[in-house]
Amino acid sequence: MKLISCKDLSIGYDNHVVASDLSFDICDGDYLCIIGENGAGKSTLMKTLLGLQKPISGELSYENGLHQNEIGYLPQQTDIQRDFPASVKEVVLSGCLNARKFRPFFSKSDRKRCQESMDLLGLTDLKHSCYRELSGGQQQRVLLARALCATKKLLILDEPVAGLDPIVTTEMYAMIERLNKEEAVTVVMVTHDVSASLQYASKILHVSHHPLFFGTKEEYLNTKIGQAFLGLSMAQEGDGKQ
Amino acid sequence: MTISYFLQQLYVQRALIVSVLVALCAALLGVSLVLRRYSLIGDGLSHVTFGTMAVAAVLGVTEMYISMPVTVGASILLLRGSTKSKLKGDAAIALISVSSLAIAYLLFSKFPTGNVSADVCKTLFGSSSIMTLRPEDVKTSVIFTAFVLLFFVFFYNRIFAITFDEPFARATGCHTTVYNILLAAITGIVIVLSMKMVGALLITALIVFPALSAMRVFKSFRTVTICSSITSVIGAGAGVFFSLLTGLPVGSSIVAADLLIFLLFLLISVICSLIGRTTQK
Ligand SMILES: Nc1ncnc2c1ncn2[C@@H]1O[C@H](COP(=O)(O)OP(=O)(O)OP(=O)(O)O)[C@@H](O)[C@H]1O
Ligand SMILES: [Mg+2]
Repeated sequence: MKLISCKDLSIGYDNHVVASDLSFDICDGDYLCIIGENGAGKSTLMKTLLGLQKPISGELSYENGLHQNEIGYLPQQTDIQRDFPASVKEVVLSGCLNARKFRPFFSKSDRKRCQESMDLLGLTDLKHSCYRELSGGQQQRVLLARALCATKKLLILDEPVAGLDPIVTTEMYAMIERLNKEEAVTVVMVTHDVSASLQYASKILHVSHHPLFFGTKEEYLNTKIGQAFLGLSMAQEGDGKQ
Repeated sequence: MTISYFLQQLYVQRALIVSVLVALCAALLGVSLVLRRYSLIGDGLSHVTFGTMAVAAVLGVTEMYISMPVTVGASILLLRGSTKSKLKGDAAIALISVSSLAIAYLLFSKFPTGNVSADVCKTLFGSSSIMTLRPEDVKTSVIFTAFVLLFFVFFYNRIFAITFDEPFARATGCHTTVYNILLAAITGIVIVLSMKMVGALLITALIVFPALSAMRVFKSFRTVTICSSITSVIGAGAGVFFSLLTGLPVGSSIVAADLLIFLLFLLISVICSLIGRTTQK
């Protein structure tokens, strides 16, 4: 079942095209990894999928009744003020807001959900801490917990493990995989961690101004581009095993 | 003359009610405005109001009819889609603010209506007209405050989400434009209402002081919102009484009271961090 479909999509800013001719579908249950070099337009693509940025041309549609408020999002960068007074709990809870529709207050189940995602990311002890006084990696985890609160259907993550320590990174991948397998959450993830995308992804989109590849992981491994892009990291992995 | 004597006077009661309510609204808005780096919006918009007052004086119409719609319009223009417009927030505020100030002064000088310098001084620093309020004025501000309070209670969580991270709120399906326009409209109305109280140059104080004071000591959005409302109410009340007892201007007294509260909170935060440091050792 399709959730989002893109046809001949061109993305960019103020008529300055960053990437063009993107045609792909995001289907229910996918674990899609988007890879490509810096500046290839991955974050721009995420913003366009979320409607934060208008597509320059082409079609982008939400299918099968997917609604904007069923999406969870982790931005790569946020312009949150350095002096913003907000507790960790308040930030995570704000992720539950989109499911509220027009009801103004949070329900018991929202609070439970918030607690669960804080537990999941090891934030329970920091619950009452001030967001601005956390380390970069801790802030990243708070924003991740917020993204988890926001969705049961589609999770869009822009470099979720950037700035996380190795232990949390491993846990993070395990958790995203569990969400994808057990709770049937569709995952779209931008990452530079190629070995992880090989390990977990079911589909891969390689962006570089033009889409170089879209398809399943196995197919990608058989292409020249795939072998070239992954070559380096495969070699490293090989070294590690020796 | 004692405080209890003053409290029995009808005009004092009215002045007190209106100042406290307007200060409360300004403080509630202030938290969100300060955090979104719009601290100077009050300054800009009040100059617009000042300009419309000059126009109204020249045309000989009731001030409210012109100043309310124009100020609210300017507010929506400045606060609405600041991400998209080519002129960035602070530059746009500066532009609108000085232009209206200049036009107002030109109009006042070209068509003198009474004593120009007294008029200008009154609208810039507030006048004693707060002591001559009519019952309708009180009614208006009570109804308006009730509306603002309801808005903040019902949309508190959304206001937090939009203030904290607007792109995320928009990406996850919150109608941020609607809330931004509503907040902007309320801001415009609060500015027009507080012109009577503190005057064009001092309005910024009502908006920023309570939020800044609260942010010295408190670290969550909820506590900051509650604390800034309380300090703002106390500051307005204290200012009105001080002005009654000494005969000094109301607006400046309220701002001075807010400043004192701010310094007090600054002191508390310094002491807290000192205590924190010693207990850590
Ligand atoms: N707000 C913006 N306005 C104009 N151009 C932008 C903006 N943000 C990014 N760009 C341009 O768009 C291109 C793609 O940026 P984007 O952030 O999508 O890259 P990316 O693939 O996410 O890179 P990275 O791996 O570094 O995160 C870059 O060349 C950048 O210069
Ligand atoms: Mg990026």
